[in-house]
Amino acid sequence: MNFLLLSLIKAGIVAGVLLTTLAYLQWIERKVIAHIQLRVGPRRVGPHGLLQPLADVIKLLTKEDMLPSHVNKFFYFLAPFIAVMFALISISVVPFGPEINVFGIQTYMQLTDLNIGVLFILGMSGMGVYGIALAGWASNNKYSLMGGLRSSAQMISYELPMAMAIAAPLLILNSLSFRELVNGQGAYYFGFIPNWSIFHGPFPQIFSFIIFLIAAFAETNRVPFDLPEAENELVAGFHTEYSSMKFASFFMAEYANMITVSCVATLLFLGGWHPPFPAEYGSKFIPTIIFAIGGLTCFYHAANPARRLDKFTLPVFGVVFLVIAAVFMLPIAGKILLPFFWFASKVGAILFLYIWVRGTLPRFRYDQLMRFAWTVLFPVAIVNLFVTGLAVALESK
Amino acid sequence: MDALLFLIFAGIAVICAVSLVLQRHPISSALSLVGVMASLAALYLLLGGEFIAAAQLVVYAGAIMVLFIFVIMLLNAGTEKKIVKGPMVRFFALPLLVILLGILGYVVQSLLPVSAPVNFGSFTHGAPQDVGRLLFRNYLLPFEVTSVLILIAIIGAIVLARKEIE
Repeated sequence: MNFLLLSLIKAGIVAGVLLTTLAYLQWIERKVIAHIQLRVGPRRVGPHGLLQPLADVIKLLTKEDMLPSHVNKFFYFLAPFIAVMFALISISVVPFGPEINVFGIQTYMQLTDLNIGVLFILGMSGMGVYGIALAGWASNNKYSLMGGLRSSAQMISYELPMAMAIAAPLLILNSLSFRELVNGQGAYYFGFIPNWSIFHGPFPQIFSFIIFLIAAFAETNRVPFDLPEAENELVAGFHTEYSSMKFASFFMAEYANMITVSCVATLLFLGGWHPPFPAEYGSKFIPTIIFAIGGLTCFYHAANPARRLDKFTLPVFGVVFLVIAAVFMLPIAGKILLPFFWFASKVGAILFLYIWVRGTLPRFRYDQLMRFAWTVLFPVAIVNLFVTGLAVALESK
Repeated sequence: MDALLFLIFAGIAVICAVSLVLQRHPISSALSLVGVMASLAALYLLLGGEFIAAAQLVVYAGAIMVLFIFVIMLLNAGTEKKIVKGPMVRFFALPLLVILLGILGYVVQSLLPVSAPVNFGSFTHGAPQDVGRLLFRNYLLPFEVTSVLILIAIIGAIVLARKEIE
C-alpha cells in the first residue's frame, strides 16, 4: 500500500478521533466539575447531555461573528488560526500504540516518528504563544493586551522548568524519538514493577513528572494558572473581543494543548502504551473487567432509578459497555485495542487531574505565579536535572 | 519533491525578509522575522540538519522572538512615519539598488572557492546524537567558552539594569 494513501487514512483517523475527543472533553469537564460541586451538569440535550457538544458546536457556528471596528484586521484574523494550527499539529508525532497489522498492512499507530519528536513538540508549543499574544495585541483593548502580555510572560517563564523536566528522563532513556522512548520503558523490575520513567533507575523521575505537570498547567493557561483569562480582573483576557468561531478556535486550542501535554506526560513518564503490570499476571483482562463492572453498575442503577428516564437510558449504556467488554476479549483486539486502551487511560487520568484541579484550587495572584516559577520551580528543576545526570554518569562508569 | 519544497520555503523566507524591511509597524516586522526563521528551520530540515532545525524553531522563532514581541507590546511602539522622498531618491533608488546587488553577487561568487553542489539527502549527520558528540568531543573548549561568555553577558545586563534603577 503506498505511503501517501496510508498516511492520509491515518491522518483522517487521528484528526477525527482528536476532534471528537476535543468536543467531548468539554462535556466531561462540565460533568465532572458539576459533580464536584454537587450539581448534575448538562442533562437536557440527548441522554445524560451526551449531545451537548454537538449543540455547542452548532451554537458557536451560527452565532453572529462580530468584527470590532478598532482592531488590527490582519492579525485579528491570523491569531486564532495560529493558535489552533500549532495546537493541533503536535499530535502528529504522538504514538498511540506499537506496530500493528491491519488487514495485512504493517503500520505504526503514529502519524510520523521524528527522531527529534520531543523537540518538535517543544517548538510547536513555543510557536503557539504567538496566537495568544497576537490576539491580545490586535484586539486593541487594554484587557486583551494585559491578557496577551500575561500569557506570553507566563509561557516563556514556565517553558524553562518544563524543558528541564523533559530533559531528565531523556538522559535516562537516551533518545528524542517518542517511539524509542516508550520502547525503553517496556520492561519490568522483579517481573512486576513497570520500568516507566517515574520508577526507572538509576534515579526515578517522579520529581520531573511533578515539575512537568505543574509547568504544563501554566503552559496551557489552566486553573490555577489561568491568569491570561482571569475573568474577575480582565473580562476574558486575550479573547475578549472574539466571538463565534474565532472564539471557539481559542477554546479548541486550549483543549488540544491539554491533550498534547497529557500525551507527552504519558509517553515520557508513564510508559506510553505499556500496561502497569505484565500480561502474565492478567493485565489483559483489566479492560474487560472494568467495562463489565461499568455495564453491571448501569443495570443496577436502572433497576433502582434515581430519575424517571434512567429506567430506559441506563440499560442502553449497560449493553454498550458489555459489548465493549466482549470486544476486548477477542484475540485481534489484544494486539490493537489493548495498547491503545492503556495509552488512552493514562492520558485520561491526567486529563481528569486537570479537571479535578480546576474544580478544587483557586487562582494564583500574578506575582505569586511568576515568583513560584523563577524561585521555586526553576531551581528545583535544575537540581533534579543535575542529580539525574550524575546518577546516569555514575551508572555508566 | 525536495527541490519543490526548497523553492517554496526559500520563497517564503525571501518574501518575509522583504516584508520585514518594508513593514511600517514593529509588530509586523517582528512577525515577518518569525516567518524568515521558521522557513529557515524548514530549509535546515530539508538539508538533513534535524537538530539545528529544531533548535532554530525552539530558540529563535519560539523564545527570542516572543521576547521581542513582548517588549514591543509593552512599549506600545507605534507605526513609523513615512519620510518624504526627494526626486533623486524616487528615480535612482531602485536602479542603483539593483546594480549594487548585482556587483555584490558577482564579487561574492568570484571570491568563493568552487565547491561541489549541495544535494538534498546527502548529509545524514544532523541527528541530536551526532551534534552532541561533536559539541562535547571535538569542540568542547569553544562550546564551554561560549557558555561562559553568555553568562558574562547576562551578569552584565543585570548590573547595567540595576544601576539605572538607583
